[in-house]
Amino acid sequence: MASAIPEQRPVSIGEALRGLRHEAATYKGILSWIATVDHKRIGVMYGITAFIFFLIGGLEAMVIRIQLAQPNQSVVDPQQYNQIFTMHGTTMIFLVVMPMSAAFFNLMVPLMIGARDVAFPRLNAFSYWVFLLGALFLNFGWITGDIPDSGWFGYAPLSVQSLGHGMDFWMLGLQILGISSMAGGFNFIVTILNMRAPGMSLFRMPVFIWMTLVTSFLIILAMPVITIALFELGFDRFFAANFFNPENGGDPLLWQHLFWLFGHPEVYILILPAMGIVSEILPTFARKPLFGYPFVVFSGILIGFIGWGVWAHHMFTTGLGAPANAAFGVSTMIIAVPTGVKIFNWLGTLWGGSIHLATPLLFAVGMVAMFIIGGLSGVTHAVVPSDFQQQDTYYVVAHFHYVLFGGAIFGLFSGIYYWFSKFTGRMLSEGIGKVHFWLMLAGFNLTFFPHHMLGLLGMPRRIYSYPEGMGWDVYNMISTVGAFVIAASMLVFMFNFIRSIKRGRRASADPWDGRTLEWTIPSPPPPYNFATIPVVHARDEAWHRKYVEDDQGRIVRVPAGAEHDVESHEAAGAEGHHIHMPLPSIFPLIAAIGLPMIAFGLTYYQDTHGEWALPLIPAGVVVLLIGIFGWGLEPEAE
Amino acid sequence: MQHVTPAEHGMETSTGLDNRKLLMWLFLASECLFFGSLVATYLLYKGRSTTPPFPHDTTIAGVEYSGIYDIPFTSVSSFVLLMSSLTMVLALAALQRDNRRAAQVWILATALLGITFLAGQAFEFTEFYHEGLTVSSSVFGSTFFVLTGFHGTHVAVGVLILLSLFVMGLRGRLTSERSLNLELAGLYWHFVDVVWIVIFTFVYLIQ
Ligand SMILES: [Cu+2]
Repeated sequence: MASAIPEQRPVSIGEALRGLRHEAATYKGILSWIATVDHKRIGVMYGITAFIFFLIGGLEAMVIRIQLAQPNQSVVDPQQYNQIFTMHGTTMIFLVVMPMSAAFFNLMVPLMIGARDVAFPRLNAFSYWVFLLGALFLNFGWITGDIPDSGWFGYAPLSVQSLGHGMDFWMLGLQILGISSMAGGFNFIVTILNMRAPGMSLFRMPVFIWMTLVTSFLIILAMPVITIALFELGFDRFFAANFFNPENGGDPLLWQHLFWLFGHPEVYILILPAMGIVSEILPTFARKPLFGYPFVVFSGILIGFIGWGVWAHHMFTTGLGAPANAAFGVSTMIIAVPTGVKIFNWLGTLWGGSIHLATPLLFAVGMVAMFIIGGLSGVTHAVVPSDFQQQDTYYVVAHFHYVLFGGAIFGLFSGIYYWFSKFTGRMLSEGIGKVHFWLMLAGFNLTFFPHHMLGLLGMPRRIYSYPEGMGWDVYNMISTVGAFVIAASMLVFMFNFIRSIKRGRRASADPWDGRTLEWTIPSPPPPYNFATIPVVHARDEAWHRKYVEDDQGRIVRVPAGAEHDVESHEAAGAEGHHIHMPLPSIFPLIAAIGLPMIAFGLTYYQDTHGEWALPLIPAGVVVLLIGIFGWGLEPEAE
Repeated sequence: MQHVTPAEHGMETSTGLDNRKLLMWLFLASECLFFGSLVATYLLYKGRSTTPPFPHDTTIAGVEYSGIYDIPFTSVSSFVLLMSSLTMVLALAALQRDNRRAAQVWILATALLGITFLAGQAFEFTEFYHEGLTVSSSVFGSTFFVLTGFHGTHVAVGVLILLSLFVMGLRGRLTSERSLNLELAGLYWHFVDVVWIVIFTFVYLIQ
């Protein structure tokens, strides 16, 4: 039989993989996106996916607001209401703010530190695919009807006892998403520490890069804690373990400790990237350097540390005792100090600047203003007796929407308006952008400001309906109207975005007179970003290439053609052909596919007639290993 | 010509530390939090079980229960794992001297010691199971199996990495210039050993 096969030179695995990679480099269209390892493309995919989930999470919020618009409504039943607020919270945190921040890390970090890509381009692709598949897995219940229903915080023992597969999708989905976040965290720390352009010392890094670094450290240290908590929850759910089962010596409070030990650093994971974005935008549009750069950086680092010592402020009413409550109350007040420092630095940056009131600045200022309100109500939660009163009321809902929507989402939108042109080569419409901003600001405050009053009037969170005559009717109606205004502002934004991609005004490389390295390269940047790796001489390098001080100390433009100006633009086209970029690869995607396979197997195999699911577990492990080994064996770059 | 991955093409990184090595250190930092959370859970629940078997000799309401731990046995398997750290060091030293044959021998020895440890753990788990300790029997069962099982999985992954390196060596692809691969595996392996010392101390020895 063997003789029938014509003699052929045996092809080694290495050669086969090399051939595959070179072929992947020729992919066009959708395939080129699937195999891409380019940080800019991965960033775009992150951003689009996160925005789609923003719309889904927003729809969930609309259902909540419609249901609560008036007393005694029954648009959804109590169980559906539980499912919808659980998915709304989980989606907005894990599928919107975190990946949208990851989109900015991907898009901006290499450009702002003068690198051609991240340290591990394939790991970066892996992060994205794992995120996408984890997000789809988490939402799979919409098809089967098993929708998570125990809140985004998944408090035990409710999350253990929740029937159906809803909380399995939640728990395993978050595990998968955690892998994605941690892979990204490792990647960006190594990229920032190791791939900076010559001359860019740590204290010449843009503040956004600093905040990315702090966030990434928080991610790699906080995600393990929730991973273990979810692991324990999984054992309780699948194998009747006793971690959170008081009958056998377990303790549901352990869940809260582990969850919030992750959960409080998590709120800084959500807000620090937005703070970094705002810290880039304010100096550009005030036309002066960031006021007190070292203070902003050190307060960011300090937040990263103190953020680990405040978690029990989520648990004041669980009976920890007065000493613990007092200690955590004080530490929570202390963490407000570095946050306040940042706010004063932002105000100091605007103070006396020659302000250019463009859309990115509007959103950035909106972020600062809304974040101040959210920060202040946060401080009231640090006061234990006051928190006893507000626990589980709409006052808390008001607080965290002011920091997460008013803070993070406004900050992320300011980043979109600021950097849109860098990746599309076109400007978003300023006029429509301003309509979007004012609508969103008005809608946001209409929706969430009344929540303060509702909370103080005693309206509890997570109730699906309420009776008449509680004094809550008006505020709820205003809030619902506000939600529709926010929805309208999103339509305006999407119109602006799509229209500007096609017909927006052409953007120059540096339309805002920017201060950081990304503005020294063309829009959109070539795949290799920098034709020549820049040499950095100062903080705000791009600005110093454009301006000098004359003898009277006035700031004047460097005459065209003078020394610094040329450096980055020279020979972009010609030299670009000789730059070797990492080859595309499909193995990150293959490895990522293994994870949801394992998760599906675990979810279903114990069901009656669930035998079909058992082989999925080993099969998923094999797929994961194939991905990892293929990845390890294929040639690094050309 | 310039490349994107400077470290792997002889270009300096900003810190001077190789990208992959930095990645491994960061990974181990987050591993500390993984194991830390599990060990904390174990310690928090220590002595809270109401159903036998118990880890150490216990008297409840006048009834004596003998502890389930077999300290001499676990001491031996701990010793085996510690020895594997020694062979790991020898493997790396041999490879860096470009003594590839010796490196291969020590890599295989490390993997075999790891497998021996895993076999010991499998034996221990079965024994405990027959004495009635399961993940669901008590909070001790839950914390014990999940913590030591999590560690055992790490050892198993380490063995897989070592065997992959051994196969690489057979194909002549594990050379002194590529000793970083073995060095990274070594960092991981030593870390997993150190974690075991912590587990052995806090879980088995301290009553
Ligand atoms: Cu908190």
